[in-house]
Amino acid sequence: MNWYAIKAIYHFEMARTRRTLMQSIFAPVISTSLYFVVFGAAIGGRIQQVDGVSYGAFIVPGLIMLSLLTNSISNASFGIYFPKFTGTIYELLSAPISMIEVVMGYVGAAATKSLILGAIILATAGLFVPLEIAHPFIMLFFLVLTAVSFSLFGFIIGVWADNFEKLQLIPLLIVTPLVFLGGSFYSASMLSPFWQTVTMFNPVLYLVSGFRWSFYEIADVSIGVSLTMILLFLTACMAVVWWIFKTGYHIKN
Amino acid sequence: MQAIVSIRNLSKTYAGGFRALKNVSLDIQRGEIIALLGPNGAGKTTLISTICGIVNPSEGEVLVDGKDIIKDFRATRALIGLVPQELTTEAFETVFGTVSFSRGLFGKAPNPAYIEKILKDLSLWDKRDNRIRTLSGGMKRRLLIAKALSHEPSILFLDEPTAGVDVELRKDMWKVVSALRESGVTIILTTHYIEEAEAIADRIGVMTKGELILVEDKAALMHKLGKKQLILDLKHTLETLPATLNEHDLQLSEDGLHLTYTYDTQGERTGITTLLDDLRREGIGFRDLQTTQSSLEEIFVKLVEESR
Repeated sequence: MNWYAIKAIYHFEMARTRRTLMQSIFAPVISTSLYFVVFGAAIGGRIQQVDGVSYGAFIVPGLIMLSLLTNSISNASFGIYFPKFTGTIYELLSAPISMIEVVMGYVGAAATKSLILGAIILATAGLFVPLEIAHPFIMLFFLVLTAVSFSLFGFIIGVWADNFEKLQLIPLLIVTPLVFLGGSFYSASMLSPFWQTVTMFNPVLYLVSGFRWSFYEIADVSIGVSLTMILLFLTACMAVVWWIFKTGYHIKN
Repeated sequence: MQAIVSIRNLSKTYAGGFRALKNVSLDIQRGEIIALLGPNGAGKTTLISTICGIVNPSEGEVLVDGKDIIKDFRATRALIGLVPQELTTEAFETVFGTVSFSRGLFGKAPNPAYIEKILKDLSLWDKRDNRIRTLSGGMKRRLLIAKALSHEPSILFLDEPTAGVDVELRKDMWKVVSALRESGVTIILTTHYIEEAEAIADRIGVMTKGELILVEDKAALMHKLGKKQLILDLKHTLETLPATLNEHDLQLSEDGLHLTYTYDTQGERTGITTLLDDLRREGIGFRDLQTTQSSLEEIFVKLVEESR
């Protein structure tokens, strides 16, 4: 294992975050704070409790997931897409490094950034609503698993994309709607039976539900199902990444 | 002595069906500078990219220091440094940071003292904290060399290292390359500048249409394929050549004041003495004489044209 290479990629990516602190950390924190102001204070005050939890507190896990998912994807996809775009990928391809190590560097850095962001948002949320975390270790486990899985997903998008438009396509047109419709701001039980059934096909629902359970022990689906779904997603992403390595798809001629 | 790079029947066909390399075989000896010449699309960059692991070969094998570049990719790539043709660099990273990054990628422990030495050797130390985007084109080119040398490679591939740089910088670059060779690094460079190959290479390979049509020691190549000519400036205008001189390969200039004699440099005898005797017998006097030898450029153009 080429640990120096993994470390080099990891540090390089983390340095990029430090250079773009405003975009990487402050912007998501500000936008999440705005969600709290609008949904938590302005609208939330008019909504009754959801499953015994105040609406402001109810949306905290969903908001963290929203940031975690979108940032994991954008960090990892941009990380691998940019060397392709500038041509510096020649260095990765000519170095004594396996693609697994490349993924460990990029996905590790993307997941780390997302986790830092998640922690900051959690702390920010604490300023707006009283927080309680029933199962902190499970919450942490969910955070790490989601950050890694969606960073892997972002890596796949970064490899697949051959222009900036494609880089934004899946996050904007698929991921963001799935997150918004995945119970981030509501409980699936608040929907009509038809839409409840439709929502069950949304993979993000399982993430938000499981993550929310670790906070308040309330969930749309059981914690076991949530964990199974996220592990299945992780396995699917790993399978696609393995296929990319095997074929050199969009990376190597 | 075992070749440090051994290429056997290497072919590359891209997904679109374009055959960029056709059955290329080549042995590169330790410590030499070999220049690969060829027109655009000849396959030079594909050959380098394949050896370095950027492009997958379709057929054939490449051994670096006796090891297969696919099965033993870690061992072989650790020995190789690559300076790409394009100025592909990060824009916002610092000079010191990007060279350190390259060293890490190649599995080497951090060594700031070594990075300092490379940057000083390449006159980049003063710019160590500068962002790459602030560097000039020539500095970026030197930075790419610094990145390629960061892991102390024993083989260095330079793909068009002086493309688009001015004459002064080109000559500076030649000095850098020569100094690297002195330190024992094997250098493989592709170039469009035949003058460059002539100035620094030990051996010349000529590629065209994916084939390596010739590999020869530079001096031997110029000796073997180069024409030599003796030009005589005549004292008096000559209207026609006397029939007694027909046995010599002579050409009379239009103004009748210059005689050009082309001779074989490899022949046992050049025939110059006989020619001068015959001229004296015919009473043809000359004021001055000079010899010229065809340049590598002329040889290269001739070879490529012949292969068409």
